[in-house]
Amino acid sequence: MEKLKYALFTGCTAKESTPEQLMSTYAVAEKLGIELIELSEASCCGASHLQDYDDFLSLVLNARNICYAESRGLTMVTICNTCQLNTAMTKHRLDNDAKLKARVNEKLAEVGLEYKGESEITHFIYAIIDDFGLDKIKEMVVKPLSQFNIAPFYGCHNIRPSELAGGDNPYNPTSLDDLIIACGGDNVDYDEKNKCCGFHAELQSPHTAARLTGKALMGALDQDADWMVTPCPLCHLKLDTQYDHASKAVGRDVKMPVLHMQQMLGLALGCTSDELGLKHHLSDVTFI
Amino acid sequence: MTSITTQTITFKVFRFNTETDYLPAYKEYQMEVTSEEVVLDILNRIKWEFDGSFSYRRSCRHGICGACAVKVNGKGVLACKERMNDIIELFGNELTIEPVSLKRAVKDMIVDKADFWEKHDAVKPYLVADIDEHPEQESLVTPEQAEALLEADLCIQCGLCHYSCPAIEENDEFFGPAAFAAAYRFNADVRDEGTKERLDVVNQMGAGVWDCVKCFECAEVCPKEVNPIEKITKLHNQVFEYGRAPNNVAVRHAVGFAHSIKKHGLLDEGELVRYSEGNLGVLKHVPVAIQMYKKGKIVLPWNMPKSDKLDEIKKLVKISSTVKF
Repeated sequence: MEKLKYALFTGCTAKESTPEQLMSTYAVAEKLGIELIELSEASCCGASHLQDYDDFLSLVLNARNICYAESRGLTMVTICNTCQLNTAMTKHRLDNDAKLKARVNEKLAEVGLEYKGESEITHFIYAIIDDFGLDKIKEMVVKPLSQFNIAPFYGCHNIRPSELAGGDNPYNPTSLDDLIIACGGDNVDYDEKNKCCGFHAELQSPHTAARLTGKALMGALDQDADWMVTPCPLCHLKLDTQYDHASKAVGRDVKMPVLHMQQMLGLALGCTSDELGLKHHLSDVTFI
Repeated sequence: MTSITTQTITFKVFRFNTETDYLPAYKEYQMEVTSEEVVLDILNRIKWEFDGSFSYRRSCRHGICGACAVKVNGKGVLACKERMNDIIELFGNELTIEPVSLKRAVKDMIVDKADFWEKHDAVKPYLVADIDEHPEQESLVTPEQAEALLEADLCIQCGLCHYSCPAIEENDEFFGPAAFAAAYRFNADVRDEGTKERLDVVNQMGAGVWDCVKCFECAEVCPKEVNPIEKITKLHNQVFEYGRAPNNVAVRHAVGFAHSIKKHGLLDEGELVRYSEGNLGVLKHVPVAIQMYKKGKIVLPWNMPKSDKLDEIKKLVKISSTVKF
């Protein structure tokens, strides 16, 4: 098979509060022989908030990011659910509205760019599952995670709205479960796996946000999960760093280890704890 | 023509009569389900073949009255529209049927929708205008002007988005996606003069658009593809366009992204929290920030990474901005 090559849109969080996610992305890509070219020119996607303030500006900035994947002739791969949705939604709107696309391109022309709509946009988890293949992952696993019950937490923006998402049915998603099984782990089924972690309302609506985080962690704990895994750094931040607020909101200690999808895969593929940045977690993950 | 197939399905059905029962219970019914049936057929058969006291709302049976909303394995559906084939393919042959909101259940599938209607009412879901009782001519709306509604007028008030919304579940004040879609529908109507009043209603903290958690459950569940969260974004935009954005944490949180992108290309996470919360408000985040700093999860201001070709981003922010705060 030809070597897989993608333009990597890291997003902001992987460069700031979840450095372990970027490290483990590169570690896993190297193990799998996937080449990632970082889009160093990319700006923030607006994280679903900039568009509330200035929708057009958000479109222009996201279109610019896609331009740099197009100029490299590559599919853009994202490692954050919200980056994925904002970028995919921009592409969807521009590809289906010639007038809007022309308005955006008028601005981009001022900096010598043009949005064409040539690059696909996919989340890293779907690149691994659909392009690389779970069967090949299974063959490459050297340390099966067979002693662990692992709770998948999908995160909203990778499964909803389904018309823009990567193929999972949001009411019964399977991609992350399949990846857990491929890594040799036991996937835990619980009601909150496809629900919201509350991240985007954390500052404006702290009680709602803390309750949602608490319910997600509680759901996984009640089904005897040893740890949780997520493909989204924003969900990770919420679940890993906000357990104090979450515990208070649901009246019970809900602290539990939460790993990035890349870290779980990296562990199964034999990456070291340093390569995966396991020391960057607030919850203790060293036992893994 | 595809042939009709039959399979055995076990239904676990929520049964509860608030007048006689201390607690709800799930009753099991097993039946042969054909590929032609919809969820409403199953509700009918439970009543006709198993228990005549089984209660549910239904009326038009073709997706326009909005009465028969229920949840199957957590998925909100209009019972008359949802094909059993699709449901079985998605969830298998053991299915749980529940009302759209357990805590509002009155009898079996029937829920008390009072909160839904009260919130709907609060956004003035009607034309606010001085109408001449004896008009000389029609009040015309062009097709282009009608398109601005973005099909928000297709809402049938079934309540599926409202009862799938996690913000409503946690926050009794929150108006919810259906009320917001209705507010947008009338704000976008050229004959309406109530936009400012409505914006002041949907702009409140706690109840208003700022408390949306952006989960897209409403967009996913809507059987009429109204896409309520798109209308919530539009209401946010109108709040700024009409100069009605208050200087509070939620507004600064949205605006803060533009500031940060202009400066670094990327988002400065720490600065966003400080700008949104204010110098005093940010203090409540210090304990978690210290824990994060110890684990190497905080980038200090002088180490803040910047996008390559930042000049390009700065220029685009300058020439593409459409609103000011």
